[in-house]
Amino acid sequence: MDTLTSILLRSIFVDNLALSFLLGMCTFLAISRRLQNAIGLGIAVVCVQTISVPLNYLVFDLLLAPGAWRWLGLDILDLSYLKFIVFIGVIASFVQVLEIVLERYFVGLHRALGVYLPLLTVNCAILGGSLFMVQRDYNFNESLVWGFGSGVGWALAIILFAALRERVRYSDPPLAMQGLGMTFLLCGFLSLAFASLRGLAG
Amino acid sequence: MTYTSRLISDPVIRQNPVTVQILGVCSALAVTRTLIPAIIMSVTLTLILVMSNVIVSALRHQLPQSIRLILEMLIIATGVTIADEFLKAYMPDIASTLSVFVGLIITNCIVLGRAEAFAMHNPVLPSAMDGLGQGLGYSLILVLVASIRELFGTGRLLGYQVFQLSADNGWFSPLLIMSLPASAFFIVAGLIWLSQPNNPRSLQAEWKLDYHTFRGKL
Repeated sequence: MDTLTSILLRSIFVDNLALSFLLGMCTFLAISRRLQNAIGLGIAVVCVQTISVPLNYLVFDLLLAPGAWRWLGLDILDLSYLKFIVFIGVIASFVQVLEIVLERYFVGLHRALGVYLPLLTVNCAILGGSLFMVQRDYNFNESLVWGFGSGVGWALAIILFAALRERVRYSDPPLAMQGLGMTFLLCGFLSLAFASLRGLAG
Repeated sequence: MTYTSRLISDPVIRQNPVTVQILGVCSALAVTRTLIPAIIMSVTLTLILVMSNVIVSALRHQLPQSIRLILEMLIIATGVTIADEFLKAYMPDIASTLSVFVGLIITNCIVLGRAEAFAMHNPVLPSAMDGLGQGLGYSLILVLVASIRELFGTGRLLGYQVFQLSADNGWFSPLLIMSLPASAFFIVAGLIWLSQPNNPRSLQAEWKLDYHTFRGKL
């Protein structure tokens, strides 16, 4: 299997951000009551993740990486410690721009996804995607695939989870487990199911 | 009990940020495979929480209302950067185990939530106490989950062999599931179960309401 396909499969099934790295759990638990909302949030995550990871790759590679300023003769300058502040800034401003563009040109889409966009600024799956990209030394194409794949993986997880939660409403668990307890238990089972896909990406 | 001591004791069990308020769940689940990284993570988060609360509260009359969220994020991100560099320099092994999760403290809802909800409206000393209390509540859950996972997943605690492994002629064979992320969910579900009866405010009321409105629509 070539690298890009393997990264795609890994990011969707094996390194699933929600179910094996447990990222973005706050939004994952809060917006999964209804399937329809989960689908909306999932699509928003795919869009933001696919663009913000390569964007952060460019910012990191051109401005922050060790040796990025070599052309100015500043060989030893290593700004990579600034990555947290810069990434969160890039994500926040990109989400803001996306919202303005959607509001202006795609009114229907904005009506469907608009409420989820601000949530994504403080979603650790989005920031985590960019941090993993740096940690694993992806190049531009790989970071594009990783961004898309990890977004799809997260969306898949929340859609499956919301569907499960809608079914579980009819069940009758012990009083203390109702609501939150059941939610976590379900998450556990879903995560267990994804753990069995581990062999997929070789 | 005095006001200050309640600020510290309340969030530890009754208003626990993880099991009751459901904040900062991501890192609470993700770094709990073994105990030592979990302890380092707890200490780091508590320090950052106290620091961000103190700075935000000291600057609360100066922060312009419209851009306060960005400024709060900036304060937190600065703290996280310092912590990350410190860990990389002095504890490289643990820093590599924690990988991106130190950086993700920036988006941890406890930190931003306390800065917004408490530090923006209160003087410096209570804010520091509040940060400490919430940090301790988070640490309690992290340490509990990590102890269970390490003990039953490897038979060790803090790296010392507690249960004699069957591979070394002992009786214990490690439970594979404890090393999977799924086990963290199961353990937190159990902790939520345990903390429910002490918690009359209860998320159950909300859930019941939700259930009935849903049934009404059928």
